Parts: sequence; C-alpha cells; structure tokens
Amino acid sequence: MLFKEILYLIQKDLVLEWRQKYAFNGMLLYVGSVVFVCYLSFGLRSNVLVVPVWNAVLWIILLFTSVNAIAKSFMQENRGRLLYFYSIVSPQGVILAKIVYNTLLMLVLALMCFLFYALVLGNPVQDVPMFLLSLLLGAIGFSTSLTMISGIASKAANSSTLMAVLSFPVIVPMLLMLIKMSKNALDGLDRSLSLDELLTLLAINMIVVTVSYILFPYLWRS
Amino acid sequence: MKKNWWKILAVLLLVFTVVAGMLSEVPRLAILNETIRNLYFHVPMWFGMILILLISFAYSIKYLNKPTVKNDIIAAEAAKVGILFGVLGIITGMEWARFTWGEYWSSDPKQNASAIGLLIYFAYLVLRSSFNEQQQRARISAVYNIFAFAALIPLLFILPRMTDSLHPGNGGNPGFNTYDMDSSLRMVFYPAVLGWTLLGIWIVNVKSRLELLRQGLYETV
Repeated sequence: MLFKEILYLIQKDLVLEWRQKYAFNGMLLYVGSVVFVCYLSFGLRSNVLVVPVWNAVLWIILLFTSVNAIAKSFMQENRGRLLYFYSIVSPQGVILAKIVYNTLLMLVLALMCFLFYALVLGNPVQDVPMFLLSLLLGAIGFSTSLTMISGIASKAANSSTLMAVLSFPVIVPMLLMLIKMSKNALDGLDRSLSLDELLTLLAINMIVVTVSYILFPYLWRS
Repeated sequence: MKKNWWKILAVLLLVFTVVAGMLSEVPRLAILNETIRNLYFHVPMWFGMILILLISFAYSIKYLNKPTVKNDIIAAEAAKVGILFGVLGIITGMEWARFTWGEYWSSDPKQNASAIGLLIYFAYLVLRSSFNEQQQRARISAVYNIFAFAALIPLLFILPRMTDSLHPGNGGNPGFNTYDMDSSLRMVFYPAVLGWTLLGIWIVNVKSRLELLRQGLYETV
C-alpha cells in the first residue's frame, strides 16, 4: 500500500517536472553558469587547478546546486494541493517519495555537473567508477537530509535564508566524508581504503532517512 | 530542603572543584605542565553540554507526544544552556590549545566538529525566532531539534575517531584513561563533571520556571 503510494507520488512529481520544464532547465543552466564562472575565475587555464581544489570546488558547486534544487520541493506545492494530499495519502509516503524523487533529480544534476566540469576544467580522476559511486552517494545523502530540512524551512516565513542556515551544519559531516572518498578516487588509491567512508555515509543516510520517516508526520500535521 | 539537596551538592562540588583543582597535586607532564588543571574545567563542559542537549532532545520528543507549553519551554531553555556550555568548552579548549598545541585553532577534527555542532544549535535558535505563532514554533522547532541531535551524534562521536586528532584518545594518541589519568586527577575530575552538570541542570530549571511564569503573566494581562 505504502509502496504503491510512493510510486504514484514519484510519478506525479516526474510528470509535474516534465510539464513545467522551466524549473529543471533552470537548474541545469545554474550548474552550467556556476561551472563556467569557476572556469573563468581560475584564469582560463585548467592546469593551474591542483587536485584538492578541483575536488573541493566541485563539491561546493554540488552543495549549492542541491540546496537550490531541493529547496523548492515543498515550497512549490500550493496550499490547496497539500490539503488534498493530506486527505488521501500518508505522510510517510509523501516524505519517502520526495526523497526518492530528489535523489533522482540530484543524480541527473550531479552527473551533468561532473561531465561539464570535467570537460571545462580538465579531468584528473583516476578511478572513475569509484568517483561515480561517490557522486551517487552524494546525491542520496544530500537529498535525504535536505528534503526534511526543506520541509521544515517551508513552514517558516523567510524560508530561503532559513534553508541555507539549517542545512549547512547538518550536511557538513556528509560533505567531509564525500570529499575524502572522492579524493581517494581522484588519486586512484586502492578501493578498500574508501570502505570506511562508504560505510559511514550509508550509516548516516540510514539515520537521516529513519529520523525523517518518524518525524515527518508531525511536520505534516501543521 | 528535601527537594533542593542536589543544588547544595552542586555548590559544594563546584567549590571543591575550584579549590582542589587549583591547589591539589597534579602529575608533572611535559608540555602539559600546570595546564593539566584545565581538565577540571574544559572536559566537564562537554559532558555537561551533551547531557543538557540530551535533556532538550528528550523534551522535544515529549512535546511531540504531548504538546504542552512546559515541554516546549524546557526544550528551548535546555538548548540555550547547552549552547552556553559549548561556547565555554570551546573557549577553555582554545586557551588550552594555545599553550599545548601552539595555536588557538589548529583545525583539529574535534574542534571543527564542536564548532559545527554549535552552528546547528544557533540555527535552531534562528528557526525558533522565525515563527510568530507559539504552537507552530514549538512543533517545528521540536522536529528540527530531534533531527539536529540525530545529526550531531555522528558528528561528535564517530567522525573524530576516524581521523587523526590532537586530542588524547584519538589517532594513536593515548587517552587520559591509559596512563596519564592517575588517581589524584580522578579524585577531582569526577566531582567536577558531576558539579558542572548539576549546575547546568539548575540553570535550565531556573530559566524555564522564569519563562513559564512570564508566559503565564502574558496570558493574564
């Protein structure tokens, strides 16, 4: 029952996104312009960028993109539609569907961002599958924690400022792990070295999803 | 009197901590020298902070189960006192780090983690202040408080242990428990932890009673 609900809600979000393409295209343009701004501000030469800086800048771009992309996941819903959902679906279904949908969205955005970034600023990644795995984990991690935060922030008055203030500290542990893991992949280190980070990331994701699952009904009620 | 024995205990323990902490015999260790006395002031701040934030977390859960003004006020005041302890912990830690590690801030994972932890709770205060309606404020900040506490646990207890740290007990450094923490240190350290924590609980108690009275006054006016 819950599973079916989640599938319907994801489908609804996908259809909605497809119909109003401006939001998604806007995010793509955002990623593209940020990458290009980085390229220009590093002085038009890709070889000046050392590997740790390359890595850090990519993750910061991804962080800002995800905050912007996920912030609208609850703010775009108008009051009437939320009331309608309230009467027909369970809150758990709503939050899980939003998390899955945001993960898909983030995955597409992260891949596009990585491709464009590597194209413009050079690609020093030595272990590409591992790097893609860290992007996948990053997409999952960002979307799990930011979905709940966006739900909280959408209730407040100045929600866009609040979104950044609430989400950055919560997301830092995840970001540190991701940067370390992708640094290992960049340097082409042995994969077993990243196992620690991988497991910790999965554990943090589990905690965040569980807490969101338990807490969202209370948020939803108001 | 029967109800207030723990307040007297807190005062006695703190007097003991300050007097014995300044005057008692401490082990002579290189680099640490006399700064080892900071153990009685710096470390209990973190014990106190975690415990008081745990109280705040517990009252937030309680609020979601049973929405009363009292549960909300205790959760909020406990979070504020937790922040106070955290700030004091960071200040005493920075002072200690200046004399032992050479810098006020040496980008130690535990220093960074505690700074991020404080940011999380500052965000909690900002979130609280952005609502006008009392019930909505209480419910949503309770939700964020529980969420933040769940995020704080890996930050403070798991991540610093995975990297090298200058703190004792991390990254191959010996912990205090292995050999430096001799019995004379313990004699003052445990009462200090208990004393500071009780003081924190006392502050939460007084502040939330004051806030409750203030709310009651506003309602009658």
